[in-house]
Amino acid sequence: MSGVRIYVPCDAAAVAVGADEVAAALAEAAVRSNAPVSIVRNGSRGLHWLEPMVEVETPAGRIAYGPVAASDADSVLNAALANGGDHRLRLGRPEDIPFFRNQTRLTFARCGVIDPRSLDDFRAHDGYKGLARALTIPPAAIVEEVAQSGLRGRGGAGFPTGVKWKTVADTRADQKYIVCNADEGDSGTFADRMIMEGDPFVLVEGMTIAAIAVGATQGYIYIRSEYPHAIAAMNEAILAARRAGMLGKSVAGSAYAFDIEVRVGAGAYVCGEETSLLDSIEGKRGVVRAKPPLPAHKGLFGKPTVVNNVLSLATVPLILEKGAAFYRDFGMGKSRGTMPIQLAGNIKYPGLYETAFGITLGELVDEIGGGTASGRPVRAVQVGGPLGAYFPRSLFHLPFDYEAFAAADGLIGHGGVVVFDDTVDMAKQARFAMEFCAIESCGKCTPCRVGSTRGVEVIDRIVRNENRAGNLALLEDLCHTMKFGSLCALGGFTPYPVMSALVHFPEDFGAPPRLQAAE
Amino acid sequence: MRNGNPDRATAKPAGRYAPWNAETAREIIAERQATPGALLPILHALQDEFGYIHREAVPLIGEMLNLTRAEVHGVVTFYHDFRHEPAARHLLKLCRAESCQARGSDALAARAMERLGVSFGETTPDGSVALDAVYCLGLCSVSPSAMFDGKIHARLDEAKLDRLLAEIDR
Repeated sequence: MSGVRIYVPCDAAAVAVGADEVAAALAEAAVRSNAPVSIVRNGSRGLHWLEPMVEVETPAGRIAYGPVAASDADSVLNAALANGGDHRLRLGRPEDIPFFRNQTRLTFARCGVIDPRSLDDFRAHDGYKGLARALTIPPAAIVEEVAQSGLRGRGGAGFPTGVKWKTVADTRADQKYIVCNADEGDSGTFADRMIMEGDPFVLVEGMTIAAIAVGATQGYIYIRSEYPHAIAAMNEAILAARRAGMLGKSVAGSAYAFDIEVRVGAGAYVCGEETSLLDSIEGKRGVVRAKPPLPAHKGLFGKPTVVNNVLSLATVPLILEKGAAFYRDFGMGKSRGTMPIQLAGNIKYPGLYETAFGITLGELVDEIGGGTASGRPVRAVQVGGPLGAYFPRSLFHLPFDYEAFAAADGLIGHGGVVVFDDTVDMAKQARFAMEFCAIESCGKCTPCRVGSTRGVEVIDRIVRNENRAGNLALLEDLCHTMKFGSLCALGGFTPYPVMSALVHFPEDFGAPPRLQAAE
Repeated sequence: MRNGNPDRATAKPAGRYAPWNAETAREIIAERQATPGALLPILHALQDEFGYIHREAVPLIGEMLNLTRAEVHGVVTFYHDFRHEPAARHLLKLCRAESCQARGSDALAARAMERLGVSFGETTPDGSVALDAVYCLGLCSVSPSAMFDGKIHARLDEAKLDRLLAEIDR
């Protein structure tokens, strides 16, 4: 590579707003002005209102411009080549932008910084240091390190990762598997996608460490088909790691063998549930399995299997590199470390915000997110995807913490925060939650399969004011049945958005406001 | 063997699909037959080649993977991605999940339906375009979003949607 390095993100959120066109226009502009430039397609820094955000390498560090349109290419290139000179889109050093500066980037330390296609760049930024340490200690010590870090499953359930690993490690079998759940289907979440597109080798490294820790030799990454860019990025990274001897019969020259294959989903939300995901990899309908047996005992093809979310696995290398205490020192209560929070919906400053647990919902939405993009008042915030609760402003004091959200009849899930302004109709949102559950139900258990369709009908009757009091009681009863009678979180958690909408916004259902929200 | 074609699961641009051919299908299946849990990779590969899962593919897969027709049919119909009819020349997937709703996707969907004269899940009578709902493209920070012939678009508004619709050669 020669010439001035100019970074244009290849992250899907940047591409969807014209980053490919910007990269092409910059390359053409460079040819026209005969300027020595090499364009690097980095991941995204996560400041998505500024995408496409172009950065140029200067002696004073990287200087950003954004949001850049293809028509800005000539002028931005001229400014960039003048050592990151003035331009109406100049943002200064990305690290100095408050949204970025105030974060604690652990899992996302490299995302947006490095060239995601370059294993050398990954290594130059501390990549594979976690694996290097893992190779010097016994597998049981790796499991212990992860357990001591307090890392909990970032997919939503929050189960301690170390406990899961220990169960698989302690189960004897001729074959074990590491399965990475990259079926990130929750609306408002995109952190898994960003890691896979912006720092794919960290996931390869995390899975490799997991494999060594529990004695697995084969890994699968199950990526949803809606993520074509992430699929391509992971396939490339796996190939590069294999070529460099970091995957295969002898990982990094060690006695450990491990390889990874990408499997592509086919548009079924329920396959984000770990047991239906396993069935899907096995080539079956993505139907939820009853537990026990746990996947840790009988998982993929009936063998002991670690099923972890992308973010959990992507955090493991750092824990091994810096030690459990380093990670555990961030956070609050039983929620240790950092959470990559995703700000989306009607919000002024949307993007990826990684921070220690404990930040309040109000700080996230009002201060960091800057309120709504529409400029209207914030009315409701859905946290944790389509199965997460809708919170009113009166609960903005809630700290981002697994237990605190559970105590408020909600969940942090995969860390997605979707903001709605005062034009939102909460009865419509509740109806959508039921409708979504009906569309995506795998059909195995009755409360979910039938309850969701009945739920849509009952909400329609409430809105039409047919026996409203009776149907409101019926809806509560139905939600109770779904919550406690469903086999998995799809049917079991759909009551969260429905009941939270009803409890916190009863006026949208034509019901009298409750004096005290039921808590 | 790889299944990482980034265009997979999305419609290729018009006219890129091969007409159904049982011999080619047999080769595609044979190539992946030995893969553990081969059925989804096989179905993706078949849809990549032909644009849909032809009904003759079902008994063929069953025979080669030692599964019943019912088992294969069950899988083909379980997943939203697999089409049972030839693909339209264009495919417009509009996201209708919560984040996009918060940024006005319902109005955009209504506009697309009115312009095309079809609802979600339908194809225009001339076969030029199919309109599908998608539940999240992971572009929630730049909502509302859509995928048109495999290419992603975000920060959609009426003007951008109209430009996409204008690309359809009716």
